[in-house]
Amino acid sequence: MKLIIAIIQPHKLEEVKEELYQQEVNLITVSEVLGHGRQKGVTEVYRGHKETGNLLRKVRLEIAVNDNFVEPTVNAIIRGAKTGETGDGKIFILELKECVRIRTEERGSSAIG
Amino acid sequence: MINSGDTAWVLMSSALVLLMTPALAFFYGGMVRRKNILSILMQCFVIMCALSLHWVLIGYSLSFGPAKGFWGGFQWLGLNGVGLEPYTDYAATIPHQAFMIFQAMFAIITPALIIGAFAERMKFSAFLVFTLLWATFVYSPLCHWVWGIGGWLRNFGALDFAGGTVVHINAGIAALVTALILGKRANLGKNIPSPHNLPFVVLGTGLLWFGWFGFNAGSALAANGLAVNAFVVTNTAAAAAGLSWAFIEWIRNGKPTVFGICSGAVAGLVAITPGAGFVSVVPAILIGLLVSVFCFIAVTVIKPKLGYDDSLDAFGVHCVGGIWGALATGLFASKAVNAAGADGLFFGNPKQFLVQLFAVGATIIYTALATLVIYKLVDLFIGLRVGEKEEAIGLDLTQHRERAYTVLE
Repeated sequence: MKLIIAIIQPHKLEEVKEELYQQEVNLITVSEVLGHGRQKGVTEVYRGHKETGNLLRKVRLEIAVNDNFVEPTVNAIIRGAKTGETGDGKIFILELKECVRIRTEERGSSAIG
Repeated sequence: MINSGDTAWVLMSSALVLLMTPALAFFYGGMVRRKNILSILMQCFVIMCALSLHWVLIGYSLSFGPAKGFWGGFQWLGLNGVGLEPYTDYAATIPHQAFMIFQAMFAIITPALIIGAFAERMKFSAFLVFTLLWATFVYSPLCHWVWGIGGWLRNFGALDFAGGTVVHINAGIAALVTALILGKRANLGKNIPSPHNLPFVVLGTGLLWFGWFGFNAGSALAANGLAVNAFVVTNTAAAAAGLSWAFIEWIRNGKPTVFGICSGAVAGLVAITPGAGFVSVVPAILIGLLVSVFCFIAVTVIKPKLGYDDSLDAFGVHCVGGIWGALATGLFASKAVNAAGADGLFFGNPKQFLVQLFAVGATIIYTALATLVIYKLVDLFIGLRVGEKEEAIGLDLTQHRERAYTVLE
């Protein structure tokens, strides 16, 4: 099991969601976050509008998947979020130790999907 | 002979009608996604500024100059000859400039209504040029035909107390043409955007209702019984229509919504506008109850079926409500309410209904064609629509480089 965290441009969210649905990845958590990368927000003022100093508005996705879903998920995010310009974002892939579905108390792989 | 009471009421009413444009800004602004709210507020505000100047420089002369023909002509350019004495053919008891500034507010809000159709996707520069051309070549002539001395629809006997044809059908048809020309917003098939701030919609509706007393009761152009009639029927129709829309939803969808009761109230205000000075209270209730039925069908059944993206229902509410109001005036008008008006179908004069129908038809045909030509011209020289990427990022950032809301503090 892996936890995929992606930081993307806010206006790319719809496209990323669409790509994820096509891979049958239906469980995502989305939050609005602030941040910047190597450029420290300088090149993106027009697209992102600086917020509190040089922080830019981004969208953060969290997606827990079983191992065989990792590559399809990552590729779907790239297809939806990539413009080729600075500020497209990052994808982090983390080991996921355990997962519990609260309603049924299931654990592990079967609790993710 | 200037009457101080009349003058005070018309000035007060002018201020009330001016308030309707920022009210509309919040009414519409609450309905769009949060990345586009500033673009709506900006469009409404720039209309207040640009058309205020347009009106005193050329708009008033083109609309109300006493002339027979396409429009009013040029003799009152820059308010030349529009002074502080009454101009008796329009209003005998108030200064001519009071009448002028009252009418200015109508010229401001009418093009602002069209914003509802091109919201979230029109280029700001194109919008500005379109609005000025539309005010000159659509609003001014139509205003002259219906209200100006020598206007052919006025001479034909069409009744329009406060702007059912000139304001609402006019703007509503322009909105439909807009939606058809501009096309849908991106990704609409997958994800119908929900209003980002319904409390703003309520705020806007409340202020519109408040301002509408100036719009309709002020159109009596005097502090008299006719103004009181217009005031009472305006309030009554808005109340009936708000209730009606909420109950339609309750029956059809299981719950009455805040958005629905607001849409209904505005539809009721639209529908009573042409008849406010000609109908009495019971017809006003019927006008209000029924307008919500027609507008509800227009926005929830006809719009999805035909597939045009009239984003904020400028056509569905203003044109459909305006047509019903204009025709209802032909049904319910009564000389007992206004001796200067006419009797409608239910008061023994079926001819009035046909006159109203004709005026509605003439407005629709002229506005649709002229609006189409203006759009084609603006599209040719400037381009109407923002790029796909700009639309995705939102008009606030791409057209104005501002954001309405921050994430932190």
